[in-house]
Amino acid sequence: MTRGFLPLLAFVIATGLASLGFATSGFRVITTEGARRLAVEHHPRAVPDVVLVDQDGKRFTFSTYRGKALLVEFIYTSCPTICGVLGDDFGHVLATLRQDGGTSGVDLLSISFDPARDGPPALRSYAGRFGASAPGWRIAVPATREGLRALLKSFGVVVIPDRFGGFTHDAAVYLLDGQGRLVRILDAGPPATLLAEAAHAVS
Amino acid sequence: MPRLAAAAILWFGLWLPPLRSGLESDMALHMTVQIPLLALVGILIAPEVRRFEPRWLAEADWLGIPGIVLVLFSTSYWMLPVALDSALGDWRMEVAKFVSLPLLVGVPLGLSWQRMPPLGRLFVIANIISKVGALGGLYLAAPIRLCAYYRLDQQAEAGSALLAVTTAAILGAFLASFFGWSWRRPFPDAWKGRRAVATAADASPSLPT
Repeated sequence: MTRGFLPLLAFVIATGLASLGFATSGFRVITTEGARRLAVEHHPRAVPDVVLVDQDGKRFTFSTYRGKALLVEFIYTSCPTICGVLGDDFGHVLATLRQDGGTSGVDLLSISFDPARDGPPALRSYAGRFGASAPGWRIAVPATREGLRALLKSFGVVVIPDRFGGFTHDAAVYLLDGQGRLVRILDAGPPATLLAEAAHAVS
Repeated sequence: MPRLAAAAILWFGLWLPPLRSGLESDMALHMTVQIPLLALVGILIAPEVRRFEPRWLAEADWLGIPGIVLVLFSTSYWMLPVALDSALGDWRMEVAKFVSLPLLVGVPLGLSWQRMPPLGRLFVIANIISKVGALGGLYLAAPIRLCAYYRLDQQAEAGSALLAVTTAAILGAFLASFFGWSWRRPFPDAWKGRRAVATAADASPSLPT
């Protein structure tokens, strides 16, 4: 063994482990999705209060929902695949909410990231497909491109064009608490799970 | 010097938008072409770097172990889906990728390789083959998207490409370890080996027990 070997080896191993640990949020995640969920859970983030237009053509912002929990999903209305599942899931959540008399303080919001095709008429037809109606479940699109960009960035949503004129995007459900902060990123799933998380966030 | 020029042309070529965005728009090309070529840039400049390598560093790199450990850490880092995503979403990480793959993979590989014992080299080759193969299998079979910037079908293609690279590397490593590296004088080790066995058997029948 030569002089300097052990210190050099120790230095390489220490910096190597440190960089791997940094990239994987402490050896807990290897995907961007996992890192994003962990980051939001530990550091809830305020989302930009951008102006949105709903299926009735009415303008509103996130501050409309202060004091309530809000479940958000990102869609585009001409989506042939995953958005249908997301829409169905929110439909079930809405049905469960109505059974409870609508007193749980939870609202739903589907945001389109395809402003080129999704004006109020397209949003209205999507709302009709899944039984959505304002204000309990708005289907909306950001009023400006800048607003859309800011929203996607703040929520960490990555949208990439697919080969068929549509988009590939995640199927996550985003939970905002009563102060309008993004506190959880959840998998679309049974209404009971989503509502339990929402109730926890608003309390 | 021609090596240095080749390395510079390769590096700048990979950085220029048409090739960069072309290779990065596809996960398979990103992982099996761009990343290995960036490491190759480092291997090409390693002989020039060696002339400036301080003596203490060359001595401290005993049997090439610290250098090769650095290579294993750096390659592991750029195999993480979250690292690939970061390079696509953040220009600073893209710069880090273009700097770290030549300097922290290619150069240490070029410098330390010569100091390593033959079995150590085989260990490294076997380690890289198994890592790339496992990653390829994972990408081919994973039902969910692991990279935020690539589609599921691109991910499966990248998996197939990595498995193809693995297969080629296994075949290459097999041929090289049994028959030797040189194209000009094929099979030198094999012939030498046969003579050595014959001589050993003739000279002394007792092998160390």
